[in-house]
Amino acid sequence: MSALKVEGVHKSFGPNEVLRGIDLELEDHEVVCLIGASGSGKSTLLRCVNLLEPLDAGRIFLAGEEITRRDVDSNSVRRRIGIVFQAFNLFPHMTVLRNVTLAPRDVLGLGRAEAEARGRELLARFGLEDRRDEYPDRLSGGQQQRVAIVRALAMQPELMLLDEVTSALDPELVAEVLSVIRELAAGGMTMLIATHEMSFARDIAHRVCFLEEGRILEQGPPHEIFAQPKEPRTQQFLERIIEAGRL
Amino acid sequence: MASEGDRRSDPEVAERRSRLLGGLRLEGEGARGVAIALISTAVFLVAIVVAVTQSAGWPEVRRTFFDWGDISGSFPDIARAFVLNVKIFLVCEVFILVLALVIAVLRSLQGPVFFPLRALAIIYSDLARGIPTILVIALLGFGAPALQLTGVPRSRVFWAGVGLVLVYSGYVAEVYRAGIESVHPSQEAAARSLGLSRFQALRRVILPQAIRRVIPPLLNDFIGLQKDTALVGTLGVIEAFNQSQIDTNATFTYGSYLAAAALFVALTIPLARLTDWLIARDRKRRQAAGGFA
Repeated sequence: MSALKVEGVHKSFGPNEVLRGIDLELEDHEVVCLIGASGSGKSTLLRCVNLLEPLDAGRIFLAGEEITRRDVDSNSVRRRIGIVFQAFNLFPHMTVLRNVTLAPRDVLGLGRAEAEARGRELLARFGLEDRRDEYPDRLSGGQQQRVAIVRALAMQPELMLLDEVTSALDPELVAEVLSVIRELAAGGMTMLIATHEMSFARDIAHRVCFLEEGRILEQGPPHEIFAQPKEPRTQQFLERIIEAGRL
Repeated sequence: MASEGDRRSDPEVAERRSRLLGGLRLEGEGARGVAIALISTAVFLVAIVVAVTQSAGWPEVRRTFFDWGDISGSFPDIARAFVLNVKIFLVCEVFILVLALVIAVLRSLQGPVFFPLRALAIIYSDLARGIPTILVIALLGFGAPALQLTGVPRSRVFWAGVGLVLVYSGYVAEVYRAGIESVHPSQEAAARSLGLSRFQALRRVILPQAIRRVIPPLLNDFIGLQKDTALVGTLGVIEAFNQSQIDTNATFTYGSYLAAAALFVALTIPLARLTDWLIARDRKRRQAAGGFA
């Protein structure tokens, strides 16, 4: 049984068809990177998996159970899936610790002490222990993004979705966030990662999917996709990336 | 307003000055600027005083309006009556804050299921803001007690208060709504993605940010409410305005109006300064956060 199964997913925004039939399967502990140009549908696919966008067609299964059926409570699905956004989206009116404990307390019903203990432990693991009483706007972008990752982890998700989590960061802050994700991968977290960081994808992914105009054009282990892409479109995309010095 | 450079060169002096003048900002630099401002203000005031006191009707106006004996003599009665204005204001304010929030939340609900609630909230806001306050108070104050419904208060003050709550909730709901809409949708997405329900996201994430942002305009509406408590007097209830009219009828002078005005101003000015201070603090905080919050 796969951790995540996406079947024939279509999604349009008005006349703009963003996803044109996506099929994708993730095994437990698998790390899959989605690459492709901006607008190819990577972010939309992640938002669909987290049920933040309703599908036009297709089905999505989480641990074998269909989550796109009408009678499924989407709140109970979302608590099992963590998502981290490009723009962090921390809650600016809450301290770091409150950001991290909000959902465990309100959604999982954990007591304050237990939620805070769990939050502190996670913050400490990612070097943020001394920041727990700060408000997000006092933190660097890299710290904010790490807090956003911890916030998602505090729900002990089965699956993490990362949506270009380093794209809004200054270059010198990218590494600290990537090392957190590496640690998660090493710990066996199942992850679906949309990214522009090709060398990171090559290092961390078990499998890389190249998206083009709402379809998965090509997928395979990173050494195949990056070294010998079969599709001409994939070749073109990677050539442009190499020209830009990003691989 | 002073230029960026000015403020940066001596922010403390500018700050102290602006506090002295209740938010007014002075051009120019240091002591010279203050001196110029004082002189020009004095010249301006003298010109007005001269113009008024030289007018043909001034002796009569001075006798009817500015008789210190009238003003101070009517003050105790009006001050006692003013307590009712303050009570109406305080009680109504609480109900307005709650009712308006409910209306604003109803109006912000998405999805076709909630269309009737949304429509109701819009109709309410339109009516509440469309009918003159004095009419609403007259309709309720004279109409509702006349129905002689059992279990419903017949006090005119009560119904006038209901009128004020209904009218002001229409305005305050719009203020709340502006706040709710100013919170970026990504905040709701982040909250929902953690498994929070729509209501939990609203309560924990959206409303706390929205309300914080609209505190200054909320206070502004309450300054208006403070003054509009005088409209309750139109029902024959003895509050500050009505008491001053009674005094006027007894003495054939208008000093009592000034006494009533002074009481209202004494209450609104602190609130106005508080509003300015909150706006300034908010702006400073935003600048410190580099525009993030």
